[in-house]
Amino acid sequence: MSSWKVVLGIAKTHLISKMKSTVTATLGVTFGIGAYITLVSFMTGLNTMLDDLILNQTPHVHLYNEVAPSQQQPAYLYRDFENAITIVHSVKPKQNQQKIHNALPIISYLKNNPEVKGATPQLRAQIFYLSGAQDLGGNLLGVDIMEEERLSNIQDYIVEGSPRDLKNNVNGVILGAGLVKKMSLQLGNRIQVRSTNGSTIPLKIVGVYQSGIAEIDDVQSYANLSTVQNLLGEAKNYITDINIKLHDLKDAPQFARRLEHQFSVKAVDINEANAQFETGTTIRNMITYSVSVTLLIVAGFGIYNILNMLIYEKMKDIAILKATGFSGTDVLMIFMSQALIIGGLGGILGVLIGFGLSTVIDNIAFETEALPTITTFPINYNPLFYLIGISFAMISTAIAGFLPSQKAKRMDPVTIIRGT
Amino acid sequence: MEKETLLEAKDINKYFRKPVLFHVLKDICLEVQRGEFVAVMGKSGCGKSTLLYILSTMDTDYDGELFFAGEKLTGKSSFELSKVRSANIGFVFQFHYLLSEFTVLENVMLPAKKLGQKTYAEIEAAAMAKLKMLHIDHLAGKKAYRISGGEKQRVAIARALINDPLILMGDEPTGNLDSYNSENVFQIFKQLKEEQGLSLLVVTHDNDFAKRTDRVIYMEDGRILKQTPP
Repeated sequence: MSSWKVVLGIAKTHLISKMKSTVTATLGVTFGIGAYITLVSFMTGLNTMLDDLILNQTPHVHLYNEVAPSQQQPAYLYRDFENAITIVHSVKPKQNQQKIHNALPIISYLKNNPEVKGATPQLRAQIFYLSGAQDLGGNLLGVDIMEEERLSNIQDYIVEGSPRDLKNNVNGVILGAGLVKKMSLQLGNRIQVRSTNGSTIPLKIVGVYQSGIAEIDDVQSYANLSTVQNLLGEAKNYITDINIKLHDLKDAPQFARRLEHQFSVKAVDINEANAQFETGTTIRNMITYSVSVTLLIVAGFGIYNILNMLIYEKMKDIAILKATGFSGTDVLMIFMSQALIIGGLGGILGVLIGFGLSTVIDNIAFETEALPTITTFPINYNPLFYLIGISFAMISTAIAGFLPSQKAKRMDPVTIIRGT
Repeated sequence: MEKETLLEAKDINKYFRKPVLFHVLKDICLEVQRGEFVAVMGKSGCGKSTLLYILSTMDTDYDGELFFAGEKLTGKSSFELSKVRSANIGFVFQFHYLLSEFTVLENVMLPAKKLGQKTYAEIEAAAMAKLKMLHIDHLAGKKAYRISGGEKQRVAIARALINDPLILMGDEPTGNLDSYNSENVFQIFKQLKEEQGLSLLVVTHDNDFAKRTDRVIYMEDGRILKQTPP
């Protein structure tokens, strides 16, 4: 124990007397770790934001009736042609209703399923927005708006008005931002909407929706489910889509296959729907990791350099210490503890600087059409990054310090005292 | 006084391999008794210092055998040797070799702290006592690089003595001192020998210094030439 005190005492004196080197080395670590934390927080923040942009708008599993030709054409079933090659020309999609059969029981089944966080019915209707002489084609989505708010963060994209306004107004509509602009409308105005079967109803604009994706904002609007059902003249069980949010995103593909089988509807999981999004995320993550690893390695080399210098300066001290009875291990400990003190201090400072810079970035204004809810740059304050930062500072200084310390341990005092 | 061998070297041979193979020490046999004051003399380059480094266990690259207080030191690990050195051997170099960023007191205390057999307060008291004995107690709080050469040498002696070693080795400990300080150091050595039974092995060029020791070993070209008295 007392040996430790002596070793630390010497290490402390060395560090204090060579304040300049100590400060330089510590700052090397500090900036390395600080830059790492800032960069990783910023990049993962951006990544998460971009991911959310997609994820929030995409249900984990989406149920609908697909328009497709029958897999089994009648000719295949005809016994006489059993051993012949059957070719059917001009296959057309089979006549099918758009609504999901037995939608309400399916929804209640899903809501009782423990894997499911929520399931919302949607009715997708092709409609025309009537604006003076112009008819604008578009979609009107009948939704259970309060469930949507709970499950898909739709409120983040409602830039004016709120989901509750729609809930409270039976004939309300939340209009796409592009449509509002095109038809120069504003909150509280009324708009005529005509369905494909010719019926027209007036809707009151209670909100404006901006997803950031122009193609959607120019055509899509939200209304209450019952309103759209009325518009189409359909019954309460007329539902074309069911969006399901699971507790665990990873279960989505398997869950989708099961539903498809169970209810004979088309079920698309999030991975199918956004294959390119997955690739984008992977590549962005790869860039983030490679840049941060590079930063950490550069910091590590800086530490190695400075410790090496420190030990060369202290060559004579090492000889004296050894001559006065300090063992090689003691000398190793003296320099290792210096390295670790530098690493620890630099790491803590680096983490603080990283946090400071992250906070600064977090407060820089970042406004974009595409992301109505984002006002400043996104930062991911994941404590894991801070833990990695500190651990890396310690580990890299330990490694960087170990090589020169090992050299000091092996150094023969006689050669130094002799001056050869 | 009954003779008791403290340090014994048997057939020590030492080679320098760089830049060319050079036979520095040739079949050195040497004994130092407990409480004996031995001086080693010889011309520069005759291997005195090399011998001293081997005897002090700092240099382990030699052929032959080395015994300390009956214990064989040859072949021990550097860790064990550093323990022996720490507890039993005090060393004073031609140059002071103090840790310049530490205070005089810290320099003196360091080997004792390493040994760790006494409390901090005891070590501090012992260090002050050694400094007082060498008349440099007023320098205790100064940084080592701020004091004069003679003072540094005395601090180095105090440091060598802090663990109350059985033997004190000196590589021209008075080489850089004026005659007054030189005499002072000699008297201190003599006093240590007489009062505490300390063995002393000192390499020196100073004839007056050597003459007054118990035994002088003359070396030439890596061999012991003669010993007076034999």
